[in-house]
Amino acid sequence: MLRFLVRRVLGAAVILVLISFVTYLLFFALPSDPALLSCGKNCNPQNLALIHKNLGLDKPIPVQWWNYVVGIFAGRHLPLGNCPAPCFGLSFNNDTSVWSLLKDRYPTTLSLAIGGSVTFLVIGVGLGLISAWKQGSVFDRVASSISLLGQSVQIYFIGPLAIYLFSVQLGWLDRGHDPDWTSDPVGSLTGLVLPCLIMSVIFWSNYSRQTRSLMVEQLSEEHVRTARAKGMGSKYVFFRYALRGAMGPIVTIFGIDLGSVFGGAIITEATFGLHGLGNLAVSAVLQSDLPLEMGVMLVGATSIVFFNILIDACYAFIDPRIRLA
Amino acid sequence: MTSPSQAADGAGGLTLDPEGGSSEPSQEQAPELVGRSPRQLAWMRFRRDKIGVLCAFVVLAYLLIAIFAPLIVKLYGENAYSLYGQDDGLLNGFGLPIKPNGGIDGTHWFGIEPGLGRDVFAVLIYGIRTSLAIALCVTVLSVVLGVVVGLVQGYIGGKTDYFVGRFSDLMMSFPQQLFFIAFTPVVVAIFVKPSDSEPTYLRFTALVLVQFALGWMALGRLVRAQVLSLREREYIEAARLSGASSSRIIRRELLPNLWTTILVQSTLLLPVNVTAEAGLSFLGVGMQTPTPDWGLMFQDAVQYYQSDITYMFFPGIAMVIFVVAFNLLGDSVRDALDPKTIR
Repeated sequence: MLRFLVRRVLGAAVILVLISFVTYLLFFALPSDPALLSCGKNCNPQNLALIHKNLGLDKPIPVQWWNYVVGIFAGRHLPLGNCPAPCFGLSFNNDTSVWSLLKDRYPTTLSLAIGGSVTFLVIGVGLGLISAWKQGSVFDRVASSISLLGQSVQIYFIGPLAIYLFSVQLGWLDRGHDPDWTSDPVGSLTGLVLPCLIMSVIFWSNYSRQTRSLMVEQLSEEHVRTARAKGMGSKYVFFRYALRGAMGPIVTIFGIDLGSVFGGAIITEATFGLHGLGNLAVSAVLQSDLPLEMGVMLVGATSIVFFNILIDACYAFIDPRIRLA
Repeated sequence: MTSPSQAADGAGGLTLDPEGGSSEPSQEQAPELVGRSPRQLAWMRFRRDKIGVLCAFVVLAYLLIAIFAPLIVKLYGENAYSLYGQDDGLLNGFGLPIKPNGGIDGTHWFGIEPGLGRDVFAVLIYGIRTSLAIALCVTVLSVVLGVVVGLVQGYIGGKTDYFVGRFSDLMMSFPQQLFFIAFTPVVVAIFVKPSDSEPTYLRFTALVLVQFALGWMALGRLVRAQVLSLREREYIEAARLSGASSSRIIRRELLPNLWTTILVQSTLLLPVNVTAEAGLSFLGVGMQTPTPDWGLMFQDAVQYYQSDITYMFFPGIAMVIFVVAFNLLGDSVRDALDPKTIR
């Protein structure tokens, strides 16, 4: 297990190094002059020279990138000011440290991504299990039609409708606000209910379909039949034998979906007017704030890679064959 | 109808023909047998699938709307750029339509847009055109590159396969949404200085390029996997032994067997790309107002939903119908081309 984890972490580190390099290259080497981009519409040579110096653009690109990466772990002294340990540079906009902005916004996106994932996994797998249990029933057919519809709606369409219906008209749910787990955990939780529910809609349909077909497949397997023939209860066999076999592929699909979950969280943020990484990325883009964009990109990539390892570890836990491979 | 597996077992897809073809009779008085190509068989299966045919018509309708948008809007009588709300006094002081239900009336069938006051029908028709055009370009480019990469990886194999494969792994580990958001302006900046104003077609190109950059890997992998198994088949070996060049083997032997995958994946990819493009515009980094765009309509609608919820329904329902039709069509195409797959 430990060897498996070490190998996965090393692989992930290589991917992250490559992503950071490619991203750096694209941001700082591709545009005609990144300083010009950050300088904006009313640019004069004086500003331009200053930006050049602050970004260290006089050095070759690999050196710039190396300094950037070292800065993340060791901190850097930038001409505009000191930038302690996790240093992602200083924002073009008002010279605040990118890290403090990221630290401020990341919890919202993370809460949404985790909350949304839990919601769609519970609903999706739950519906799939009931459908498989009652194959061919009315419930099964209704659930599969709803799944099709769920797969075809957009967060930015049903989000506002849901706010309008559930919080403006009926007043049942909070319309969604940024979570603040330290000072107001209960409020944070209630504020996330509607966004997480809406975000889960576009995901759970896939999981209910997959769970259903996997369970149907598992239930026809020989070990399940043997267990039934030995006289075990159908419920016991369903949950302890079939479900265990179906869980592996579900976890794999979830791992593949992580990127989309993150993307979904960003769209959800925008729909509900929350201030997370997506909002930060969009405002960074609109202000051509390259260091901020770079920081958001790296934090996003790192999160996805990290959760992928976590999911792989779960997979290895569920399926012992993986550990040996 | 003969079941597909039976048809495949019989010499190269023989099937019963009720009309009586020209082939030799197999048994006395039995209906005559006629040879049918796999394509004909697939078409026959598809035509029997009522939902599939219906969805094909819906999809066709959307494509026609996109192609003939200027004509439709001209016949309709209003256009997508006039600010009717402001010019004709149809908006109140808060920028909301004065008439009920989003200002729906005889001239403005879907009402008028809050804020700018454009005609919703005309904007929607043109918006579908913009979004579909971008998504189509992305899909075509992604499919072409995916197929080429997959063929190269699968056919050449070895080190090429390994390094191209690791490159596509790297591309797959980028956070997609953030990548789109961050790199659209970078791509724009390659072509135009930040100080100059950017033309609309440039934004279009940038969106296509950025989405294309992360769009080809999935199909590439599928094609690679298929080519890996196909290239060991006897008929490929036979072709090689008879002296066929690599390009001939790829074009005449491999590609025809990949059409099913390519077609099915393209039908599934297009709606994904439409919604991705709309999502970008919705976030504010895609097409920019006043260019009519499906996603931009949602961006406006989110601002006004509390006072003018009618506006949201037109782009929303249009998109749901579009995506449902495309998903069902994708399923039907897969069933028709590859009846052995169980969904």
